[in-house]
Amino acid sequence: MAQSAQLNIERATLNSTAERCIFALGNEIIDGLLKALQLIFSGDPTLVEICVRSLLISGSATILAFLWGLPVAMTLGLKKFRGRFLIKGFFNAMLGIPTVALGLILYLAFSKSGPLGSLRLLYDPVGMMIGEAILVTPIIVSFTTSAIESVDPEIKDLAKTLGASETEASIAVLKESINSVALAITASFNRAIAELGVAYMVGGNIAGLTSVLTTLIALETNKGNIELSIALAIILFLIVFALTISMNLIQRRRT
Amino acid sequence: MKTIMELENVSKIYGNLTALQQVNLQIFEGEVFSLLGPNGSGKTTLLRIMAGIEKPTGGEMRFNNVKVDGGNITDVRLKTTMVFQKTALFYTSVYKNIAYGLRLRERSKKETDEKVREVLKTVKLEGYEKRPAKKLSGGEQQRVALARALALDTQVLLLDEPTANIDPKNVSIIEEVLSWVNKEKKTTMVIATHNMFQMETLADRAALLLEGKIVKVGAPPEIFMLPSQLLASYARLENVFSGVSKVTGEGTSLVDAGEGLQIETAFEKTGNTTVFVRPEDIILSLNPIVSSARNSFEGRIVEISDLGAIVRLRVKAGRDFTVQITKRSFNDMQLNIDAKVFLAFKASSVQTV
Repeated sequence: MAQSAQLNIERATLNSTAERCIFALGNEIIDGLLKALQLIFSGDPTLVEICVRSLLISGSATILAFLWGLPVAMTLGLKKFRGRFLIKGFFNAMLGIPTVALGLILYLAFSKSGPLGSLRLLYDPVGMMIGEAILVTPIIVSFTTSAIESVDPEIKDLAKTLGASETEASIAVLKESINSVALAITASFNRAIAELGVAYMVGGNIAGLTSVLTTLIALETNKGNIELSIALAIILFLIVFALTISMNLIQRRRT
Repeated sequence: MKTIMELENVSKIYGNLTALQQVNLQIFEGEVFSLLGPNGSGKTTLLRIMAGIEKPTGGEMRFNNVKVDGGNITDVRLKTTMVFQKTALFYTSVYKNIAYGLRLRERSKKETDEKVREVLKTVKLEGYEKRPAKKLSGGEQQRVALARALALDTQVLLLDEPTANIDPKNVSIIEEVLSWVNKEKKTTMVIATHNMFQMETLADRAALLLEGKIVKVGAPPEIFMLPSQLLASYARLENVFSGVSKVTGEGTSLVDAGEGLQIETAFEKTGNTTVFVRPEDIILSLNPIVSSARNSFEGRIVEISDLGAIVRLRVKAGRDFTVQITKRSFNDMQLNIDAKVFLAFKASSVQTV
């Protein structure tokens, strides 16, 4: 009887402790959210700097990936050659590459003793940009190739019969698939700005130099600085949503 | 007459398939030339070679007496254009579709605007500039494609079955426009068709293409005068029936087409004959029709081809008939495979080959 009462007391204590923890966590999140909003609207210079750096690195990585991925996608989408299937398969497989694994490979390649050590890309924004560009290249190539392949094959011939050269006809095909290409660019940027592995391992999260939104969220959460982490996460969400919605609106206007 | 385009021993082979064999052809400036032949006879391949979008496997093509090769192919493409059988349009407005070729030719905005307005008027689509091209009906889309080709004022206009998949109203607009363009602008035209009436109406000369070979080149009556069995069995024209014809004594004849099918014609002829009926001249109903039509048969639908605004049906009524009806009629009648239907056509709709 006494033992059973003791057990009931212990259960009640445990339950109330769990409730307190959940309550405390809930409070912490609400506090964090309020402080985060204060931080965002205060225009904190460090926060602005981190955001601008994230946008620049991810934006330039997407542009770089587009510049070298587009010719590959155009070739894969428009030309028939031996090995095309294998190359397409490679880029499709690379869509799911773990960012940490790619970060590690690049870390080894960019480190002083690595094959690209002389370029001094480790712990450098340019290195991060190249790393993220490599990460998102499969998205650009695979999505754009599929988009080009889905265009009516007669469009290229049509452009030629209207007087287009080979290049002008290829551009006409690309224009037909522009909505899907825009989606590929949006997805690439979103992947670049939201990834942690490459940014952390190649950039190293050096304050004032390579620190970006994702690396700082990880660091500040580990330090227990929840409100700053939440503020950074909200900004990250806002950037991704704003870009995606803007692209959707542009596409809607076009159609 | 000046030769504008000349093909010499042109052949085209795709893997194991020979699409064209030793084709020799001359197209004269200002003429309407028709390529007649059944599906798969090589008409499209020949047009694609003429348009410079397909390279021949053998032989050569000359444009204005200059051999066409990789070095001058873009120049040739600027002087010719093609309207495809399956309407190909850019995913944009009617205006931008028509303006595309003009922009490549570096025409000014003012000139482009005027030209777009002019050609839309020609194809009876005035005021359609801002409409999304892909949202127009099948016939209107084909008229936009024709307007886009006409806007370029090219020396040669190539047309691949331009009226194959559209409704009769749009067919007559397109045929009217083509006749006008040839007369007024003296544009040389090469029209691929499997419709002998279209060839007869539009063409100055024609070639019969069978299995990748040119069988005969000449004026339309010369093509019609080819042995009827050759035309009927090789050209696989629709609703072609051969049989023994007997005069009825009432100014008509009865052709025994086999399988119990007796076709009454409005002419008197005795002996072996080949006749045909246009798919659009056949009336299809769900019940027997009491009318002045001398030919009335019961049959069952064996094949349905949806061509957008129109639907083609193959009906087994002793022999196979191809019947063309509008999509609206098709939907209203709720037709499907194996449905029992009745066909009717006038004796005067039956033509001899």
